[in-house]
Amino acid sequence: MTPLDVQREAMLCSGHAACPGCIDALTARHVLATMGPDTMAVIPPSCMAVIAGPQPMSSLRIPVYQPTLESSAAAASGLRRALNATGRRDTQVLVLAGDGGTYDIGFQCLSSAAERNEDMLYVCLDNEGYMNTGAQKSSSTPHYARTGSTPAGKTSRKKNLVEIMAAHGVPYVATASASHLPDLVRKVEKAKAIRGMRFMSVLIPCLDGWGLPDDAGLKAARYAVECGAFPLVEVEDGTRWTLNVDTRTRPVAEYLSLQARYRGLADDEVAALQAEVDAAWDQLLARSRARGGAGAGEPR
Amino acid sequence: MDAVADAVADAVAARTLLLTGNEAVAWGARLARPQVCPVYPITPQTPVLEKLTEFQAQGVLDAEIITPESEHSVMSACIPASLAGARVFTATASQGLLLMHELLHYASGARVPIVMANVNRTVASPWAFWPDHTDSLAQRDTGWVQLYVESAQEALDSVLQAFRVAEQALLPVLVSLDAFYVSHAMEPVDVPSQTEVDAYLPPFAPPRRLDTASASSWGNVVSQDMFYRHRVALQEAMDGVPALLAQADGEWQRRFGRGWGVVERYRCEDADAVVVTMGSMCGTARVAVDALREAGEAVGLVKLRLFRPLPAAALRAALAGIRDVVVLDRNHSPGAGGILHQELRAALYGAPEAPRVHGLLAGVGGVNVPPQRIAAFARECRGTTPRPESVWVR
Repeated sequence: MTPLDVQREAMLCSGHAACPGCIDALTARHVLATMGPDTMAVIPPSCMAVIAGPQPMSSLRIPVYQPTLESSAAAASGLRRALNATGRRDTQVLVLAGDGGTYDIGFQCLSSAAERNEDMLYVCLDNEGYMNTGAQKSSSTPHYARTGSTPAGKTSRKKNLVEIMAAHGVPYVATASASHLPDLVRKVEKAKAIRGMRFMSVLIPCLDGWGLPDDAGLKAARYAVECGAFPLVEVEDGTRWTLNVDTRTRPVAEYLSLQARYRGLADDEVAALQAEVDAAWDQLLARSRARGGAGAGEPR
Repeated sequence: MDAVADAVADAVAARTLLLTGNEAVAWGARLARPQVCPVYPITPQTPVLEKLTEFQAQGVLDAEIITPESEHSVMSACIPASLAGARVFTATASQGLLLMHELLHYASGARVPIVMANVNRTVASPWAFWPDHTDSLAQRDTGWVQLYVESAQEALDSVLQAFRVAEQALLPVLVSLDAFYVSHAMEPVDVPSQTEVDAYLPPFAPPRRLDTASASSWGNVVSQDMFYRHRVALQEAMDGVPALLAQADGEWQRRFGRGWGVVERYRCEDADAVVVTMGSMCGTARVAVDALREAGEAVGLVKLRLFRPLPAAALRAALAGIRDVVVLDRNHSPGAGGILHQELRAALYGAPEAPRVHGLLAGVGGVNVPPQRIAAFARECRGTTPRPESVWVR
């Protein structure tokens, strides 16, 4: 095995408050290390805020502003402009928000910040539900998944936020997964070099909320990519789509069977999910091929 | 100073302009040299926004203007901008202020010296656009300093005084002006020069700020004890505001020849009855008091300019020896009555020979209250025993 070429300087310190085996912490570690010390973080209430730690401690080596749950992109806009106004244009503003704070309650101000093309990197740590409050559904929760507020399984599909953010025509939108770390780091590096609104959604399998063994977070993340349930994509300027991993190597059923939140799913429901994934995949593949992108964006 | 700053200084020599209250607010804001101005339009505040963006487009306001999708996002942007060390100004009204409510608490908790103008307008439903203080008085527990102004001139002066107080106390300040009576009425306004204002209001240099050089954070979870101590410190900061405002106003008076006080006594010498009110109603009450004095009746006016923190000591002193106090509340707290009525009774409770306090709900919803009615209220109150509850009048 060859070691991965990633920044090793710890911007997320050991001793943080994440659950053992948490993919949120692993992801944040690499996002922060890649962004480097000239960065300010905006972290709304979420698992990441817990990981950041209580006063007077902080697990992050950079300043953190914790806004209200619904206001991350607006707060990051204010912070960005203040940095501009005080001669600190090179300092990066990085949002680390959960899917509740992004897809749901923070969506309005995110759309507005995207419309204004505010200069920030907004990373949604997407664990597909309100996991910090004990696993309730968000609009990112997938079809049929059981949560505290959907005990019989969610009756509607996951909101397609990548599509929505791309429709704003912002310079950069991407998905990533810690299971494909070189791809994730490359995307953060790429986003870091761009000015304007950059949005990334990173899949975070939640051990507790999804019903996974402590050592299965990365496996679930990898299966999600490999079955096409969470495709790795990039969208530049809202028009140029690239499907970074353009072959599927396992059925959706294998991904579902890892997780207790899909326990007891009927065969026709599994088939329905497979059909949803197939349709979305075909659309992505067509878009990616339309720009000659498929196959060209393999992870390093 | 850079080229833009030079241009700003050159562009503003002292002069007298015919301005609305909204324009006077925008001039005050421009002279304060804010660095970040998130703004969202709402009637009747919109002319403030338009004047600020016009100043910026002309190159005489060197500020980052943010135009988010809501007042909620406006205040969300204001707070970290201020924490990062920028001077921040914004303006709103009515529903916009209410939409900010959660963030108003957040701002005072973060001890950010944001200055915001609020054009007092009725709160829906039903929809209406008239002067009424319920919007800002409903924010009285949010930890914002609150000033109420009577005129366009006072609005301009108060915005600049507010920045001075805010940055000394590290507290946000709300400057409220009545819809239309002040916001849209034109009057000659003395606009001080940029040089004079710069001497009065030094650049914002906060003791701490969000900075990658120090890597300190704001907002992380705290213990019960830390939260408690934080609130004690917030109260201490509030307690210092009446003195800071008196100082800021005194300094303003020395430099510009006019001051507005914290609590103003108008023709209260030997008065046996005094009208107490806020905002544009004070102008009407002055006319009523003049007429009563003309008729030989010893009636005065106490104008409350600073509502939060309530300057209880100054109010007790201003009303000492007065037999009847007539409170005019242009606001309504359903189930309780007039908010100033309650606040004033609380402030006077236990004072030696406390005045009799008559609470009148006058002008609620923007209903016109002419001087003749105020004179009649004062006469009636002198001859009646006050009721414990506020009384509807018009």
